[in-house]
Amino acid sequence: MTIATPAGPLHRALGLTDAELAAIHERLGRDPNDLELAMFSVMWSEHCSYKSSKPLLGTLPTTGEDVVAGPGENAGVIAIGDGLAVAFKLESHNHPSAVEPYQGAATGVGGILRDIFTMGARPIAVLDALKFGDPSAPRTRHLVRGVVRGVGGYGNCVGVPTVGGELVFDASYAENPLVNVMAIGLLEERHLTRAAAPGPGNLAVLYGSTTGRDGIGGASVLASASFDDASAAKRPTVQVGDPFAEKLLIEASLELIGGGLVEGLQDLGAAGITCAVSETADRAGTGIVVDLDAVPRRETGMAPFEVMISESQERMLAIVRPERLAAVLEVCGRWAIPAAVIGRVTDDGLIRVVSGEEELARIPAAALTSEAIVHHRLSSPPARTRSAPAPGAPEEPGDGLPERGMDPGAVLIALIGSANLGSRAWVTTQYDETVGSDTVEAGERSAAVLRIKGTTKALVAATDAQAQVAVHDPYLGAALAVAECARNVAVTGARPLGVTNCLNFGNPERPEAFWRFAESVRGLGDACRALGLPVTGGNVSFYNESPVGAIAPTAQIGVVGLLDDIGLRVGPAFRAAGDLAVLVGEAGPGLAGSAYAALAGLASDDRPPSLDLGREAALQRFLVTAARERLLASAQDVSGGGLAVAAAECTAWSGLGARLQLRVGMAPAVDLFGESPSRVLVTAAPDDWERLAGLAAAHGLPVRRLGTVGGDRLVIELVGDGATGAAEGRGAGVADAVDVAVADLHHAWRYALPRALGEDADAAPLAVEER
Amino acid sequence: MRVGVVVFPGSNCDRDALHAARLAGAESELLWHETPDLGGADLVVLPGGFAYGDYLRAGVLARFSPIMGAVRDHAARGGLVLGICNGFQVLAEAGLVPGALLRNASLRFEHRWVRLSVERRDTPFTSAIPAGRELRLPVAHGEGNYFLPDHELDVLEARDRVLFRYAPPEGNPNGSARDIAGVLDAGGRVCGLMPHPERAAEAILGSDDGLLVFRSLVESAAAATSARAAAVVA
Repeated sequence: MTIATPAGPLHRALGLTDAELAAIHERLGRDPNDLELAMFSVMWSEHCSYKSSKPLLGTLPTTGEDVVAGPGENAGVIAIGDGLAVAFKLESHNHPSAVEPYQGAATGVGGILRDIFTMGARPIAVLDALKFGDPSAPRTRHLVRGVVRGVGGYGNCVGVPTVGGELVFDASYAENPLVNVMAIGLLEERHLTRAAAPGPGNLAVLYGSTTGRDGIGGASVLASASFDDASAAKRPTVQVGDPFAEKLLIEASLELIGGGLVEGLQDLGAAGITCAVSETADRAGTGIVVDLDAVPRRETGMAPFEVMISESQERMLAIVRPERLAAVLEVCGRWAIPAAVIGRVTDDGLIRVVSGEEELARIPAAALTSEAIVHHRLSSPPARTRSAPAPGAPEEPGDGLPERGMDPGAVLIALIGSANLGSRAWVTTQYDETVGSDTVEAGERSAAVLRIKGTTKALVAATDAQAQVAVHDPYLGAALAVAECARNVAVTGARPLGVTNCLNFGNPERPEAFWRFAESVRGLGDACRALGLPVTGGNVSFYNESPVGAIAPTAQIGVVGLLDDIGLRVGPAFRAAGDLAVLVGEAGPGLAGSAYAALAGLASDDRPPSLDLGREAALQRFLVTAARERLLASAQDVSGGGLAVAAAECTAWSGLGARLQLRVGMAPAVDLFGESPSRVLVTAAPDDWERLAGLAAAHGLPVRRLGTVGGDRLVIELVGDGATGAAEGRGAGVADAVDVAVADLHHAWRYALPRALGEDADAAPLAVEER
Repeated sequence: MRVGVVVFPGSNCDRDALHAARLAGAESELLWHETPDLGGADLVVLPGGFAYGDYLRAGVLARFSPIMGAVRDHAARGGLVLGICNGFQVLAEAGLVPGALLRNASLRFEHRWVRLSVERRDTPFTSAIPAGRELRLPVAHGEGNYFLPDHELDVLEARDRVLFRYAPPEGNPNGSARDIAGVLDAGGRVCGLMPHPERAAEAILGSDDGLLVFRSLVESAAAATSARAAAVVA
């Protein structure tokens, strides 16, 4: 067999370096044939092998008493009591979405859902974290439309609600958008299924869609190289999704697992059959012999390498005892799913591919997976450069602001009406949020809440990143993302259980890009240790670069938490006029990376806010306790746009205004619009103030009454050093109160996204809380 | 009251409907699409989803499925049928309720919370809904734009066969003719509606208005049973 390629040695055309070819030779003790080389090329791709990231990922904390399955499995699994467990994972589908946004995003959803039900869990929710370039650019609009339709098109059809996520616009993502999808599943612990192939003599059954030529080389060609002008030619490497087939696959797989009919289960994603057989065999210390001719195909004339590395979607590999084969085929038949025995488990530790009498490939399973090549990449911090400060901003970095003559109310309207902070309804109305009838909170709220039928419990999930801070300090950016994401779960009253992540970075072969990655992993690990959260899984996406440069370093974090009693849930919207508004935590200096800095044109190397992980942990403990003691009427995390935007969101969601007084230091913008962490805007019944303040003090947290909920305006008066007297020296207007009509805020917020994207205004429905 | 919820391979609201029917106090079970047997169900629910993938047109294949013959017979005998979302599309394709569901006017999938005005309360689907009460339910569909030629709409309205309409302030999410969200067949025993009452059957989910629809059906069935019993005694 030969593979036709452009000029040059085959291994290079397949994305392998000369050194990697030598390492393959070393493991085989001979030259690989073309089929073997193709199998190595996909399995040793960055995407499948984690060859650059593995040494660092090993430093993350992964254990916890409730962790049932951690990294190395298809998804992390954590026990939640009552014999139940939650499976969750976050994964990227960036490059396919850049090339073909609808199918790229759709198959991203399909892939992560398979990771969940492969573990024996029924998928119950999807969250999507999307990053694009300038929303007014035609290419961005094309990508946004396609990706959102793709996520919805797939999730809506398989019947898994899409309940939350992020949508961020930043110039660094213009050519290389990020499509990260998180999925959550619920399982009975006794149904936990491993992706292993135990028991020589057992059968390898491929079921689901037939195998075609779509997605050939997706892992190696598309996911593991930077973008260039030729990327459009890579469109054939993008898979095409069939959500109906996936729906059948979910039901059939859960039935197979429920009936105890499979010994192991693995989905087919990147690197197709090659990956599924080698990983399951290696995990069990066995081998698998694959009968190539037995693989059901959708096309004729497929070469052996095409069959072995095709990434055709919606396929599963089950390891089945011979005596249970008939029952397995019966289940697949009832769901009208093609199924075929394509191989047999052996005890020789080898992946062998045979056709008739001929052996086409013979590779130790471990050489393809656990013993794949590892690269210890060079890491060095980038040279510091200083950007030019904006008009009015001081030369020295600090928290001095060009706030001269600025009306803070107008700034607030501009922020909440911006593409990054406005209502997400244009996106979320395209997603089925309520299928499954478990959705308690969804959409643009900081966290999604899903009740668990038959219990009093609920799962809470959020996903966040802090790429704009990570541009300045990748360690801090990753740590802040963990803190914010866990805080978003804790504000509902839920106890965060664990962390998944998707690390999106540039080319790891560049020492500066790799340093950003290494710093992010360090930040991720430190934050998780400080908050007591295990990292149960994740995904690394390198090569997010285009000729214009790399993306902002983006450590996307996903956190799942547990509410023991759904009745204790705290929502983010203001609840009732007359409630006290209270700030727990206090603002710290540093505006770099904030939405305000982007709007005001501050020099982007102004200092980012700092993070005290001990304080963050105390705040999250406080939130869970306050919810349990029913002290909170509402709670909203202070993040993008700062305290003023947090208050405006609570207003927009509830239709209730508020009259607040804010003590400001010498830089009012820090207090109003700064994004320093570990702060929460809560409301409470006036009678509960003393207990609330006492509880905060007991946790060592600053707490301050800001004012009262109610009325049809949001008013934030400024008092203290930064107000009138001291501020006068810096120009008029500084000490003006924020004083805007709720209706104006709501209007700016509601239409922000369709306006930025040039979309229909009617796509922005009324969204005032009605509960 | 026995409720049978049909499971097409691409149904995805089947378990939700089962759950809501049980909350309303009905005995409920799932019915497999390949088995033309309703298991003695008093009410058949055709749930939401994408019956056979719906790549061609929503509900277009489901009308040929084995169980639909049994559903047709059940309806012909005056049995109760409720088609929700994809179920409404299937009923319309099967000719069991009038009209067609076109693509949404926005040409997008629309998931929103809507408000429904209840046009009649003397039906098995609405009898337990208090007078003046509007229903707050979610819609989630790409093809829910109700269409019927104008003169047929006039007839439909004249015969009081419009059961639910989208109401302000949220209004009509999909461009449906005359804001129609749900209709009845000629006998008043088969209802198709686009919004999802089964997803709004508990306050914790944002609304329990949908439970009123299922409760109406359970109460109607109970009334019918006791009337039958009374007739037998008499």
